[in-house]
Amino acid sequence: MIRATINNIEVEVKEGTTILEAAKKAGFTIPTLCHHPDLKPKGSCGICVVEVEGMPSLKRACMTEVVNGWKIYTNTPLVRTTRKTIVELILSEHDMDCPTCIKNGRCELQNLATMLDIKDIKFKNNEKKKKRIDDSSVSIVRNPNKCILCERCLQVCSDIQTVNALALSQRGSETIITDAFDVGLGNSVCVNCGQCTVFCPVGALYEKSDIDKVWDAINDKDKHVVVQEAPAVRAMLGEEFGMEPGSLVVGKMYAALRRLGFDAVFDTNFTADLTILEEGTEIVTRIKEGGKLPVITSCSPGWVKFMETFFPHLGEYLSTAKSPQQMFGALSKTYYAELKDIPPEKIVSVSIMPCTAKKFECQRPEMTDSGYKDVDYVLTTREIARMMREAGIDLKDMPDEPADEPMGQYTGAGTIFGATGGVMEAALRSAYFLLTNRELQDVDITAVRGMEGIKEAQIDIDGLKLKVAVAHGLGNARRLLNKVTEQLKNEGKSEYHAIEIMACPGGCVGGGGQPWGSDMARRARRGETLYKEDKSLPYRRSHENPSIKLIYERYLEKPNSKKAHHLLHTHYFKRSIIDGKVINEH
Amino acid sequence: MELEHQCQCAQIDEEELYPKLIEMIEQHKGKPTELIMALHKAQNLFGYLPKKAQEIISERLNVPISTVCGVISFYSFFSTVPKGRHSIKVCLGTACYVRGSQQTLERIEKELDIKVGGTTEDRRFSLDVVRCIGACGLAPAMLVDNDVYGRVKSTKIMDILKKYE
Repeated sequence: MIRATINNIEVEVKEGTTILEAAKKAGFTIPTLCHHPDLKPKGSCGICVVEVEGMPSLKRACMTEVVNGWKIYTNTPLVRTTRKTIVELILSEHDMDCPTCIKNGRCELQNLATMLDIKDIKFKNNEKKKKRIDDSSVSIVRNPNKCILCERCLQVCSDIQTVNALALSQRGSETIITDAFDVGLGNSVCVNCGQCTVFCPVGALYEKSDIDKVWDAINDKDKHVVVQEAPAVRAMLGEEFGMEPGSLVVGKMYAALRRLGFDAVFDTNFTADLTILEEGTEIVTRIKEGGKLPVITSCSPGWVKFMETFFPHLGEYLSTAKSPQQMFGALSKTYYAELKDIPPEKIVSVSIMPCTAKKFECQRPEMTDSGYKDVDYVLTTREIARMMREAGIDLKDMPDEPADEPMGQYTGAGTIFGATGGVMEAALRSAYFLLTNRELQDVDITAVRGMEGIKEAQIDIDGLKLKVAVAHGLGNARRLLNKVTEQLKNEGKSEYHAIEIMACPGGCVGGGGQPWGSDMARRARRGETLYKEDKSLPYRRSHENPSIKLIYERYLEKPNSKKAHHLLHTHYFKRSIIDGKVINEH
Repeated sequence: MELEHQCQCAQIDEEELYPKLIEMIEQHKGKPTELIMALHKAQNLFGYLPKKAQEIISERLNVPISTVCGVISFYSFFSTVPKGRHSIKVCLGTACYVRGSQQTLERIEKELDIKVGGTTEDRRFSLDVVRCIGACGLAPAMLVDNDVYGRVKSTKIMDILKKYE
């Protein structure tokens, strides 16, 4: 143990503890800006400087480990002046249109200026030229005029996701974070996962909003606007309204959406169950008939584009099942339209997602199997919260209401789609039944749960040892798939029968569309909420869902039928590692 | 045989140089830390760094294309626009600046009708500035290709440049 004093308060900490952590223990918060608990400390901003007695220069608290006997001071005149000057210099280069900034009220730089009691902008750069705002991507907008060069986006894009869409460019006062050739994220290898938007402390990276188009649709009396919400949204939307992280708000969410003016409020969880039937059947068929193994999940659109760009040789291993969002979209304009006798061209299909890549997915040209654009607009959790606030709806005050039929009923298997490992667990619950015609008794497959980067499990199904793996975060996916690629190359087969990949750390509960200010601990709490909901539901296996049985009975016939294939399955492409554009079809 | 006597430098098609580039950077394959060396070789070969050369280097060395672009933009030595047959580098280091190299620079810009970073239309000259070439005793100094010129007077500029065709 190491003993030191912080502002004359004695602390005892483990070896390797940073000054920042030790100060917290002593009851002092040291202000930070570039620091984030999920990222390696980089010390690029210098806000967290402190004085150490006997040391000639100030130390950065986020990356300096406490040494035995150190006397550390976090609140001296020198420290305060230095911190203030740093923030003032950042502000001198920063666009100061705070009231209209997307981050207003949630901006870490704004909070810091308040915390450090900065009252005026001492330095003004009058020669600053406006930099071009990059809105080339359908998912993410990048405004370099707000960027403070903290490099958090770079760290998450390169180190955690290993996509490397962004890099530092130019030098000195011209330094900018941008994509290759500065042609915009929409013309780069960016997979639209949106983790950069989650990690950006200011308003330099955010989702491209479709709020106005959705308002227009709602206000158009001629349109029938239906809405679906992803599993993870019910475990994070509450945070936008000041509720505890991990609050389950499913009933309130339905009520709020109805009050916003949506004509029918359904649930993506219903098509999550449907995905399991389609994908589970595919897994079972491939195992029985000697098809391509492992089957790799395909519901995370960030992962799908990542595969198409960096692992195109695995395209034929992906399940052909569409994501729940796209299955829902196709059915909303066919099954539902026919059932309610509404012309499909009058239906506007909106989805609420914890995800920015879903905006890209719904615009893929092949996602039109209903004869129309299957999903018209995707809103992130953050966007729907903004709409609710604008409409004067506080989620906390909403009653609990049910979803509408016939696409609102779901099982516990559908709801755990939102957490890493959930799709695999749900698939195994149904695959067991499809293979043996008996029910899996203990449906809790805990080996695939939790925040471990790569998880493995083996299930014995009547002597068949089914081996599965789960990875979340694209860096982990890359590690796992490098191993699988080697196995396929050297041995002709992989040790795994099925693999679940989610682009975002934590799965969808950690998606690029989640509330600002999240960290891994918060992602984990949302996941636990979904597992809790799973446990509380009357049905926990997708094939038990009465609405799913009904849709096969009256519309889709059976899983992987011709009709199901037409509406619910898709195909993949190979993409360039330079600009992410399609090279050819698989 | 006749062909051997023709100057081909202007006619060489960039496309024909790519196999050469691939051969030249073979030793750096899969070694991201050798990026700058590979970029140097490419720039010597093409006179600048065409987009396709950047892409080849990215792929061969296993460096993300965003990083390749970032590194190129950081170093003023690298250029992504074609360069002239001869490069003029005017030193704007402290000593040269004090001795009037700014005037030298302005004179060249006027005479050649280009700005810093540009290339003349006939691709004869490119003009760049550098900060100190270690010839402070000869200030103001400038470089044309690998030749150093000291105590450069703006009236003498055109006499110097005449030597380079």
